[in-house]
Amino acid sequence: MPIHTEPMTVNIGPQHPSTHGVFRLRVTFDGEEILEVEPIFGYLHRGTEKLAEERNYTQIVTLTDRLDYVSSMINNQAYCLAVEELLGVEVPQRAKYLRTLTAELQRVASHLMGIGFFLQDLGTLGTPLMYGFRSREKILDLFEMLCGARITLSYMRPGGVFFDAPDDFWPALDQFLEDFDIEFEELERLILENEIVMVRTRGVSVLPLDLAINASVSGPTLRASGSDWDWRKKAPYDAYDRMDFEVPTATGGDNYDRFWVRMQEIRQSIRIVRQCVEQIEPGATRAEVPLILRPKPGTESYGRVEASKGELAFYVVSDGGISPYRMKVRSPSLINLTVTEHLLVGWKLSDMIVTLGSLDINMGEVDR
Amino acid sequence: MNCVLGSDNILNDTVLYRVIYEAVGNVLPCGLSYVVAGLAMMMILVNGVLVGAGLFSWVERRLIGRFHNRIGPNRWGPFGLLQPMADLVKLLTKEDLTPKSADRLLFAIVPVAMLAPVILTMAVVPFAKDTALANLNVGVLYILAVTSITSVAIFMAGWASDNRYAMFGASRGVAVLISYEVPVVMSLLGVVLLAGSMSLDDVVSAQNVPFLLVQPMAFFVFLAGISAELNRTPFDLAEAESELIAGFHTEYSGVKFALIQAAEFGAVLTSSAVIVTLFLSGWSGPFSEYFGWAWFLLKIGVLAFMFSWVRATLPRLRIDQLLAFAWKFLLPLSIINLFATALEVYFLRDDAGTLATSDLWVMAGINFGVAFACLIIFGTLIKEKVRPARLITGDTLSAVEAD
Repeated sequence: MPIHTEPMTVNIGPQHPSTHGVFRLRVTFDGEEILEVEPIFGYLHRGTEKLAEERNYTQIVTLTDRLDYVSSMINNQAYCLAVEELLGVEVPQRAKYLRTLTAELQRVASHLMGIGFFLQDLGTLGTPLMYGFRSREKILDLFEMLCGARITLSYMRPGGVFFDAPDDFWPALDQFLEDFDIEFEELERLILENEIVMVRTRGVSVLPLDLAINASVSGPTLRASGSDWDWRKKAPYDAYDRMDFEVPTATGGDNYDRFWVRMQEIRQSIRIVRQCVEQIEPGATRAEVPLILRPKPGTESYGRVEASKGELAFYVVSDGGISPYRMKVRSPSLINLTVTEHLLVGWKLSDMIVTLGSLDINMGEVDR
Repeated sequence: MNCVLGSDNILNDTVLYRVIYEAVGNVLPCGLSYVVAGLAMMMILVNGVLVGAGLFSWVERRLIGRFHNRIGPNRWGPFGLLQPMADLVKLLTKEDLTPKSADRLLFAIVPVAMLAPVILTMAVVPFAKDTALANLNVGVLYILAVTSITSVAIFMAGWASDNRYAMFGASRGVAVLISYEVPVVMSLLGVVLLAGSMSLDDVVSAQNVPFLLVQPMAFFVFLAGISAELNRTPFDLAEAESELIAGFHTEYSGVKFALIQAAEFGAVLTSSAVIVTLFLSGWSGPFSEYFGWAWFLLKIGVLAFMFSWVRATLPRLRIDQLLAFAWKFLLPLSIINLFATALEVYFLRDDAGTLATSDLWVMAGINFGVAFACLIIFGTLIKEKVRPARLITGDTLSAVEAD
């Protein structure tokens, strides 16, 4: 008797432990193997771009916090760079260093979370996640000293940063850097060369470099496929031109390489933070800007940064009013998500969850 | 009046049963005291396993808390010891949902079908000298028969829930259980050969040298197989929280969920008890005449700690890798082990068919050599089979940059 089988369609999400927010995948399975994938998003749409047209330039900073809510500092930075270009304001040196320093700390925090959830999706019982959270918690404490907030920071302003760092911030930062090396080494020893992690992730969901470039993929996902594209090197902003760091790349383009590149980037970020601490000098932390910003009519600017997920950019157009005529967000998570179908078809259900984790998407940024 | 135990009673060897039987026999007719003593043993068994499962759930949550750099449950009672009680009360007061399209009868049977084998396994395990509830002469066979009920229960859960995640979990669970049953049985045969009996009491008394040392490979295979049957990482595919919500028990809530959880935590303890009895010389140890139970509990504790440790450390395997591990690695290992043990027993036993302690040490030496050789050979073989080749893409970026 021939065995009769038929494909089965399952909705993974929007409520599912491993979709990283309210993300839905309509997947057709043949047994455990994936035949078709249809990503569906938009459940977290809050109309950030439209809201920005109703706020003044300073208020919009708080909206950017809520895009990728695990790396708000970098979102602030991208938006502030765009508005500064619009106004033609020169940012003081100290503010530039503070921005670089906080952005790199935020990158570490974001990558720790990305790695933690990636390994959680691989089936660990939260141990690597908790190791990461231990360090992330200390970074959030540092942010709390800077601006009073831990997640939605709004620390940066067009023209510089909100406040100078308090005196007790620097000893606390030194202590953090000292502890972090030990803690991160523990995480590396626990999981980086783990046999099961290797078996599960090597050669799985390979993203070829040409496809990655054609799909405009950016960030660690692109660098894992063999490119060394990094805006911090290609078009340095803030204080990155004075920093000495490397851009880790891998050639496999598989899940393991995406994970590996993030692990290495954390080390480089800490290197940048150390250099900032050495180089920073006293001075003003915010340029002289009016309370209500009014860029000239018809001006437009494109401020981009290398965010933890990829290239984050704000395109701002001014009509001379107190709020932008139009603001467009180029969110890396959304664009990195466009290759999901290529990555997932032909692999198994377990691989699908891991691949989503390795892309390190954030739905706050995808849906805006 | 004084009652005398019948000669054909499998409970005869149990000290506690005799004590209760004789005490009750002083006031009640003999037939009735037979029933009362039997019921008393049943209560001890069921409650022992359930309380043990509750305690172990606390122990494991505390341990995993420590592995996570957290504290773990510490609020309710001293050191949080009453946490299982609080969990139980919470789960009992929750609504007991049954999906509209579920097969109601099958759906309701599952929690019981999961818990029953766990409790039944404990019946033949000796805690100390003469304390096995039933000293079956086919104890090993009985354990294998009873524990395989779990696979039926898992499939019933998946089928009755009418949920696609549950169905995924159930089909995975059955595949895993059926595959791992084979190497587990094969590895047990070595122990049976050495002991010359299937009764767990005889297996314990045959272990002048713990069978862990005499049968290292069988111990390894059995441990891997058991953790697969327990649905714990790295083999927790049937539940696979990050993939399948909760796998086969996705739709279970309230008291049914509590029973399934109790079965899972209890299964760790009973499996540890079985491993202790078969490989770690059971209750024997210094002063085991009086403190056999303490040795037994200590050894269970060590094994349970190890299970928690593994669970907190390792990621999960994929289903094809898991099945490949069973058929291509564990099964050949267990067959080689069985063959080697059979040869050794054939050549070393004396005329009466028994093995001296010195013979056991000789076998331990040979078997360790065999185990290391096999682990290295099969380890390299399976490594290349499972790991896919790494795809290297050419560097097309330079071309793009040139544009």
